[in-house]
Amino acid sequence: MEFLVATAIGALTAVGIYLTLRQRTFPVVIGISLLTYAVNVFLFTSGRLLPDAPAVLRDGVDVYADPLPQALVLTAIVISFAMTAVVVIMSLGSFLSNGEDRVDAAADTPPPVRKPSEERS
Amino acid sequence: MSLFLIVALPFLGALLPGLFIRAGRQACYIATVSVTATAFLGLMLHLPAVLRGEVLTARLDWLPALGLNVNLFLDPLGFMFAALILGIGLLIVTYARWYLSRDDNMGEFYTYLLLFQGAMVGIVLSDNILMLLVFWELTSLSSFLLIGFWKHLPDGRQGARMALTVTGGGGLALIGGMLILGQIAGSYDLTTILQNREIIQASPLYVPALLLILLGCFTKSAQFPFHFWLPHAMSAPTPVSAYLHSATMVKAGLFLMARLWPVLSGTEVWVTLVCSVGLITMMLGAFIAFFKDDLKALLAFSTVSHLGLICFLLGTGTTFGAMAAVFHILNHASFKAALFMVAGIVDHGVHTRDMRKLGGLRHAMPITFVLATLAGLSMAGIPLLNGFVSKEMMLEEATYTTLFGNPLLVTVVATLGALFSAAYSFRLIGHTFLGAERHDYPAHPHDPKPGLWLPPALLMVPVVALGLFPFLAEPFVRLVTQAVVGDVAPMPDQYLALWHGLTPALAMSGIAVVGGAIWLALFNLLARVWHAIPRPEAKAMFDATIAGLARGASRVGDGLHDGNFSRYAAIFVVTVVAVGAHAWFTGDFAGASRQMLPVTFVAVVLWGLLIAATASLVALHRNRLMVLIVMGLIGLIVSFGFNYFSAPDLALTQITVEVVTIILLLLALNFLPRTTPVESGSGRRLRDGIIAIAGGVAVTGLVWTILMSDFPMTSISAYQLANSYYGGGGTNVVNVILVDFRGYDTFGEIIVLGIAALVIFALTETLLGGPVRARLLNRKIAAVRAGDPHPMMMVVLTRVTMPVIVVAGIYIFLRGHNEPGGGFVAGLVVSIAVVMQYMASGITWAEKRQRFPYHGIIGAGVLIAGITGMGAFLAGFPFLTSSFGYFRLPPLQEFELATAIGFDLGVFLAVLGAVMLSLESFARLGRRSETEDPDDAMGIDPSRILTDGKG
Repeated sequence: MEFLVATAIGALTAVGIYLTLRQRTFPVVIGISLLTYAVNVFLFTSGRLLPDAPAVLRDGVDVYADPLPQALVLTAIVISFAMTAVVVIMSLGSFLSNGEDRVDAAADTPPPVRKPSEERS
Repeated sequence: MSLFLIVALPFLGALLPGLFIRAGRQACYIATVSVTATAFLGLMLHLPAVLRGEVLTARLDWLPALGLNVNLFLDPLGFMFAALILGIGLLIVTYARWYLSRDDNMGEFYTYLLLFQGAMVGIVLSDNILMLLVFWELTSLSSFLLIGFWKHLPDGRQGARMALTVTGGGGLALIGGMLILGQIAGSYDLTTILQNREIIQASPLYVPALLLILLGCFTKSAQFPFHFWLPHAMSAPTPVSAYLHSATMVKAGLFLMARLWPVLSGTEVWVTLVCSVGLITMMLGAFIAFFKDDLKALLAFSTVSHLGLICFLLGTGTTFGAMAAVFHILNHASFKAALFMVAGIVDHGVHTRDMRKLGGLRHAMPITFVLATLAGLSMAGIPLLNGFVSKEMMLEEATYTTLFGNPLLVTVVATLGALFSAAYSFRLIGHTFLGAERHDYPAHPHDPKPGLWLPPALLMVPVVALGLFPFLAEPFVRLVTQAVVGDVAPMPDQYLALWHGLTPALAMSGIAVVGGAIWLALFNLLARVWHAIPRPEAKAMFDATIAGLARGASRVGDGLHDGNFSRYAAIFVVTVVAVGAHAWFTGDFAGASRQMLPVTFVAVVLWGLLIAATASLVALHRNRLMVLIVMGLIGLIVSFGFNYFSAPDLALTQITVEVVTIILLLLALNFLPRTTPVESGSGRRLRDGIIAIAGGVAVTGLVWTILMSDFPMTSISAYQLANSYYGGGGTNVVNVILVDFRGYDTFGEIIVLGIAALVIFALTETLLGGPVRARLLNRKIAAVRAGDPHPMMMVVLTRVTMPVIVVAGIYIFLRGHNEPGGGFVAGLVVSIAVVMQYMASGITWAEKRQRFPYHGIIGAGVLIAGITGMGAFLAGFPFLTSSFGYFRLPPLQEFELATAIGFDLGVFLAVLGAVMLSLESFARLGRRSETEDPDDAMGIDPSRILTDGKG
């Protein structure tokens, strides 16, 4: 089972990195989201994998999933939503101001005349 | 007065001048001078104890485990410096009152001056070397402000920058050296370090520590080859020069050398390095000073020279040298501060400091003339003035010192230094005050008001008194010397006296004075030669060095950070992978030490789905809508995974966040192109692929290693599991951690969440306020749209389900403390219910029914959480301590109430507000870009079908 989790995190990371290295904002945002999954799951696994443990304290049960990484990841998930939203509004602002969504668009580039073909795409 | 108060007073007092300047310059002056006077008085109250030989301490522990404390101590050495700083400070404050013109902002000036004063007092009284470093940096900063006080003068700004660069750079070296020293001694307390001479000098790290510390001291005290900043700092107002560059800041380096003398001095490196640097500086400074026409430039180089002299005396490593150094520090401070003030008076009266335009001023400025003559002759080393006594001690010490195996070398260089020193002193007096009276002064010269001449006149008291009766200072000088040398060596048996008999030193003194007079007589000839010979210009070299460094830095910076995000993402990934690989191959992972969990069928299926979905993104990522669908799938599997591994809270959160994230990305995609064009060539894709796979493999290895080996330390979760119910009153440990154990974290996190939402709101506002708005309004919608923006079935469904979802949210919220759920999940669930109304019925419809602005909801959430946390203060507990109890309220069953629920309510509101504000901001971009929403939300707008259908 550990192998499956490790490779799953690795796959998420690899594709996340690949998309982050693209030249357009949208794949970069998606890549960062994938990396977020990978990091969150990674943090979670640092508390060990434990199927079928009770979710809350029960009388007579001694083995629980480590709650601390869970608490950390829980807030991380919510915060990463906020961060994704900030990145998205920034890339959106860049696109709307510059007329292109390249990650290296200079802020002062005048918007190019849009070709109809781009409109349709 | 407590030592803490003496250090704190100037800092606290720095707040006053800015306030009092509104009541006038006199009020501002009185406020400032009272601050300094109070601190000075407080220090003087300790004089009897210091004379009795007591060492006063004031201790305050901060983080004792790390050796961080705020310990101060006052011994004779610290006392002497503190007295100089505060005593001369009083005179300078007074002098500045009359010196600064009405155009200068006096409040600002005094504020900087007091900051500087506090930092200096802090240096000399610190026991903890880390704190000493902080004060050290503070003097660099505050002197930067003071040197550049006349911001309109380019020279002032450049001089200030140069001083900051050189002394700040030296400060960095000093930090390194002091940390090494503290490591060797095992303590950061000076008093402890000073006891460990043998350990420190035997350590292999002694030389690096010594070099770094000396670098800090030499830069601060303007020793060759770092002396060049001091003359350039002369564009400062004269009170600053008189204070910083004669009596205080430049002496900080010497102070530190004296302070660390017992542990650092005496070795061969110390003697060779410090002595030769001191001697070179002494001679070079004196030589250059002679040719400077500007009074302040002459004094600056003269200061450099005298600092070199003291540095040399400390460098000899003998106790007699230390005693001479201590005495000369006192003497130099008195005559040099006076001379700077005299230069300021001349500048003030004649409007020039250029000696070529001066001369014959003795008639017009008799008082100034007397002061300048006394101080100048003291500087030249003429008998009956204090400069003579200490300079003769220096010459005597020089005869004992052998450098590089040559016994005569030091004697000759020291005599030459003294000769040049006499020459420039004579020139200062002669070319300014003597000679024929001139009639072409830029202004009519006159003696100034007493406010300007009294401070230097007061300094003449010790100059004359100690010159005539050196034995007056003897007890104090001996006490300070004892403090410098500690118990390293016995005290010297020499004594301070005017007449030591016919000694070699007396002969050298005679040679220096006569030679100096002859040197001055040859001035015209020498000056012509001096100006004819090309010589290195420090400023040009410094500027070139800085420009070169800046160019190099920007080349490296632009190369790594060229504005293209993917470039530095790649650099980052490659670096991390390389470092990780290094750790992996040099580490000692012995292999798996734990058993793997059995693999179940469901897990394999989910794993396969996840891998397939993730991998398909590489192929599909150009179709952006498809990407979002796959992303939803991945999020779902991750939620399943959390649930599978017994983390239902995470599963709930992940799945709700997934919904809002996808909505967000869909909203964004509304404006972005629907596809990603092919841009990078196959080579680049291959390169990125290799980087990505390397990163993936590395992370896989990392996770595998962590999962399969035992923890090196035990988890702290056991404590939380044990105390969750009895201490926190909840059985859902995750929730109890969030609202109780680590409530502070959560409090910070909801604030971050709120700030992020406000950032999104602000960016949207900016976009809509700029040219983007017009572009949005003119945007043509390309894709075929639904004819009905608000389909009735969806409208009805969302409105009917809204109460149900809200009730579910409240339920999840309430049970959070004991069952999976809580504020985070509940906030997300309720926001989904609200978002659905926006989607189904339109933003206009939804906004009309919105009672509270989302900013307000975020603020209320943070406020409620904070107030709940502060409620613990009422019960005398620290912030965010929760309490709980069980209540029975007929006809209900017994139920629990915990204060944590208030905190969780804050979390709930903050999450709800933040999510809604973000999504609404995106939606508003859309609304402005389209035609108006129909008034009737449920109505169908046939015109849209017609227009859009054609378009």
